[in-house]
Amino acid sequence: MTDFTKLALSEARDGLKKGDFSARELTEAHLKAMQDAAELNCFIVETEDQARDMADKADHMIKAGTATGMTGIPVAIKDLFCTKGVHSCSSSHILNGFKPGYESTVTANLWKDGAVMLGKTNMDEFAMGSSNETSYYGPVKNPWRAEGEEKDYVPGGSSGGSVAAVAADIALAATGTDTGGSIRQPASFTGLVGLKPTYGRCSRWGMIAFASSLDQAGPVTKTVRDAAIMLESMAGYDAKDSTAVDVPVPNYEASLTGDIRGMKIGIPNEYRMDGMSDEIETLWQQGIQWLKDAGAEIVDISLPHTKYALPTYYIVAPAEASSNLARYDGVKYGLRVEGDSLDDMYKNTRAEGFGAEVKRRILIGTYVLSAGYYDAYYLKAQRIRTLIAQDFARAYEKVDAILTPTAPSAAFAMGEKSDDPIAMYLNDVFTVPASLAGLPAISVPAGLSTEKLPLGLQVIGKAFDEETVLKVGAVVEEAAAFSAKPKIWWGVK
Amino acid sequence: MSVDKNIVAKIANLARIKVGEDELAPLVGELNNILDWVEQLSEVDTDGVAPMTSVVEVNLPRREDQVSDGGYRDELLANAPTSEHGFFAVPKVIE
Repeated sequence: MTDFTKLALSEARDGLKKGDFSARELTEAHLKAMQDAAELNCFIVETEDQARDMADKADHMIKAGTATGMTGIPVAIKDLFCTKGVHSCSSSHILNGFKPGYESTVTANLWKDGAVMLGKTNMDEFAMGSSNETSYYGPVKNPWRAEGEEKDYVPGGSSGGSVAAVAADIALAATGTDTGGSIRQPASFTGLVGLKPTYGRCSRWGMIAFASSLDQAGPVTKTVRDAAIMLESMAGYDAKDSTAVDVPVPNYEASLTGDIRGMKIGIPNEYRMDGMSDEIETLWQQGIQWLKDAGAEIVDISLPHTKYALPTYYIVAPAEASSNLARYDGVKYGLRVEGDSLDDMYKNTRAEGFGAEVKRRILIGTYVLSAGYYDAYYLKAQRIRTLIAQDFARAYEKVDAILTPTAPSAAFAMGEKSDDPIAMYLNDVFTVPASLAGLPAISVPAGLSTEKLPLGLQVIGKAFDEETVLKVGAVVEEAAAFSAKPKIWWGVK
Repeated sequence: MSVDKNIVAKIANLARIKVGEDELAPLVGELNNILDWVEQLSEVDTDGVAPMTSVVEVNLPRREDQVSDGGYRDELLANAPTSEHGFFAVPKVIE
């Protein structure tokens, strides 16, 4: 019998269409996997009853001939998406008990296409983190461990529960969100494909805001083809998000032709960082060779402001976060801790409701926006953001896409970087520039580290050109032929 | 630029987060580490560069100024820690 949990989303779609198995059977197999892997702490809430109802509805759609690419596909949803009547707290205590009366546009799009929700996944609190260690609900364990090790590794962040659920074959795919690398870095840490679309491609309506000029939803999947199928369902114009861009959503799967002959791929010199490990450099060179072999032309390019992207991000993102998170005041939803006065109640609630990293970022954000510092920090950062976007615009006069490593290292052990915020921030050094410029980018599994942990390569594209990103990503994927899976150490003992 | 205990206490008050006296010193250290690190931005020449206001070039869409949705008072209040008579309830603010 087929182990349904080992299928790719595209294979499950084809099997459902042919009637080889039902959506209900597919869902039951994944619900069982979810139970067995509780130890990984991927899920904050499991929605089994809802999953069965949705699977039955999907089976009806398949019978009626109205199935889409996502019909009957069991997916995990990051806790940052508001799902009607279901726990949606961005892994923060301050939203304790919050059950929205509405559905985010991205998840509504998936449900309309017949996808099945398994549950809400764990994440860094308000998506602020790169290791999934800042969640109120405890850290997520990476299904992957270094060879011969029995300690726990981080799955990356902030979409840590989403990637762990897909890597452990609990979900066929998951939604993630990416503000500075929160889809791509965890995908790289777990041997998966993670796609951050162009800013404006997916509606942000019903996503719990972190940094509104950067936040963007995207898929976490086992293959590039799966990412193409899922993005097509998630994306689209939405009148409820004024930054959602009204451009047609193409058939992304059709872009996977494998033909990149004559395409120009940029290699940015500035992504060779001091102290970067040899294995990352070697992997990158390997990726360049793969694209050359497939007929692409490699072009050296310069993105001169790359080194300033991370500090720029750590002004812009906390500034927006301090403003967005002002809404958590103990009045409208979630936690309230009483006090002697209204102000006291606010302060007590926010002191108890936010974790250390979130508080740190709110304080930094409040500082850089405060009178006397606004110009020196916030305006300065926004000017440098313009320069970073101009660097990319200039490069794209010469090239069609850019190839870089996704992260400066493989997954690290739990606790290894949690005491040093800046060491943690450096995880996003290769992903943040594309975020600041609003560009689409994908991480594709490309190899294993010497410790036998997954490593990804990143393809960055032009705005709204996810098709090229997917096409080049698929060529990297095919050449890498990454087939390693984590050795199963978790589960019912 | 760097912060001291007084500035951190002031920011915490602006952000409405209660920070105990014993938490101030560690926060001063943490925030100054971050501020020292972002200080490198001062070496970038940004004269004549416009600050970014929108990452994608779009004109914000317009629509008629008409109510298109609403009427969810009870649904919204269902998530409130306390509510009374169809309103959010807060501690007394006027003596």
